[in-house]
Amino acid sequence: MKLTLGPLMFHWPAEQWQQFYADIADNAPVDRVVIGELVCSKRLPFYEALIPEMIERLQAAGKEVVLASLALPTLVRERKILAGLGEVGLPVEVNDLTMLTHLNEGQPFTLGPLVNTYNRGTLEWLAARGATSVCLPPELPLSSVTVLAETAAAWGIDCEIWGYGRLPLAMSGRCYHARLARRSKDGCLFVCEEDPDGLSVDALDGKKFMAVNGVQTLSDSWANLVGDVAALKAAGVTALRLSPHTGDMSKVAQIFRDAADGTLLPDQAISELQQINPERRFSNGFLFGEVGAGWSHSGA
Amino acid sequence: MKPLELVCPAGTPAALRSAVQAGAHTVYCGFADETNARNFPGLNFSREDMHQAVAFAHQHGSKVLVAINTFPRAGDEDIWHRAIADAESAGVDAVILADVGLLAWAAARHPGLRLHLSVQAAAANPDVINFYASEFGVRRVVLPRVLSVAEIAAINREIDVETEVFVFGGLCVMAEGRCSMSSYATGKSPNMQGVCSPASHVQYVQDGADMISKLGAFTIDKAGKDEPAPYPTLCKGCFSARGEVSRVFEEPTSLNAAQLIPQLAKVGVTALKIEGRQRSRAYVAAVVRNFRAAVEATAAGRPIPADTLTHLSEGQSSTLGAYKKTWR
Repeated sequence: MKLTLGPLMFHWPAEQWQQFYADIADNAPVDRVVIGELVCSKRLPFYEALIPEMIERLQAAGKEVVLASLALPTLVRERKILAGLGEVGLPVEVNDLTMLTHLNEGQPFTLGPLVNTYNRGTLEWLAARGATSVCLPPELPLSSVTVLAETAAAWGIDCEIWGYGRLPLAMSGRCYHARLARRSKDGCLFVCEEDPDGLSVDALDGKKFMAVNGVQTLSDSWANLVGDVAALKAAGVTALRLSPHTGDMSKVAQIFRDAADGTLLPDQAISELQQINPERRFSNGFLFGEVGAGWSHSGA
Repeated sequence: MKPLELVCPAGTPAALRSAVQAGAHTVYCGFADETNARNFPGLNFSREDMHQAVAFAHQHGSKVLVAINTFPRAGDEDIWHRAIADAESAGVDAVILADVGLLAWAAARHPGLRLHLSVQAAAANPDVINFYASEFGVRRVVLPRVLSVAEIAAINREIDVETEVFVFGGLCVMAEGRCSMSSYATGKSPNMQGVCSPASHVQYVQDGADMISKLGAFTIDKAGKDEPAPYPTLCKGCFSARGEVSRVFEEPTSLNAAQLIPQLAKVGVTALKIEGRQRSRAYVAAVVRNFRAAVEATAAGRPIPADTLTHLSEGQSSTLGAYKKTWR
């Protein structure tokens, strides 16, 4: 089971960004790192200049590096960013099919979780076009994952699923962080920086429900499939995605590594992840439950 | 100047006939199953209904589009493939698709069938629209509700296919086809089951003097005594963030861009879409009649009749949504 560190979805200060990826390079047992901006093109200038050096450092540490691309490109500036990614010469993670139009002939690419790869026809079409790996949409149930993992195997590409971290639930043209601060998106003053794991949006009964991150809406719960590795392997899943959050992400990766290798029992792995951040709630309901927010670590 | 094409909703054969008689240039509808994004109980068309509906519409000079715009379930792709074949044999004027695999299938197996790209594909810039046109022969794109009028103008300058935009009805505030909030709370999503915040998961519970609206396990709205209890649509609900209760995503409002029709015509939009396949035939007929008058007025260079549609909106309030840049 490979481990992929997904792109950071939040707006962190450049220094924190740098420390985070340096720690990943030095300490996290992940095979692949997707790096760059997924959510909001306005954030990119804050850390763009740091990316090339960090790529070298991650590569020197033996990680495969994939460039993240924007989830909802609409502006001319955003299309230029995508065109630029096509020129770097590294594999690019596609999170909107716009990116496909900016890849050079034969350039390898991966499919991110925000591409709607729901079925065989779509996966086969994209694999034929050169996709080397697919991270499936998080809302898919295990029955769909099983079928798509088989298709991926037939094409010789990795089948990855969202293994850890708040789940991406929606993208909008509207910035909710700005709206909550009574600002416009253009005049947001980067208020999203105040919430390094997203801003909680609770139900009226006080239940923890969702979180906003600029134009993105996330689950409140942290997806956590560390206790489901056996079921995922049986389904043909070949990679797990860990999504960056505050706290010791290298430790999170190590727990997943040990659980995937069978040196850490599922219950123990869950308990260790809980200990890192006791206040975080977990879910695995999209794969195993009636609703996405559900949590059962038996996999039954 | 030719009036903009009005693309009107038909949840039932009766609504389709009403829309056509009220002046719809085109109606769109779906089969009674999970292949379309309005898979609600009691709605939509059987195969036989579809044949009759197409015959009726064509007799009256109207077109019929069939939405097959959910994302096929892995392993059950046949259900969606059959829907395309049956739409073609019913003689429909186009199918509205969102899934890449389904577009590739339709382009290869049904080369004579006209393809429209559903809003569910969230194609929001010229590069990706041109991609859908060149790869699958898509002839028209329904634009996602995240774009301003200026952005639509810019898109039209760079593409050759037609654009269709929403002008009236329910308003998704998220990029369509990219939202799984509903399945997070209920297990049912627009992309997979063709439903959002489904009635099967709604509960109204008396709580003291208040009536609370729940979706799944979550209370997302409430109404005081003598107020109507709001339907708990996720993105229009009430939530608490930073200690403050508000409608974090959007007010319980609906889209009304009637006043923008002249501008939309000017920037090269081909068709205007009205949301509401779940609405009654009387509602559909009233909206269609009003909008037909509006597009005719625009084509003749006359002003749009003012405020004629306000009373039809949800909760009596309406918005220009993303067409106005400050909405963001």
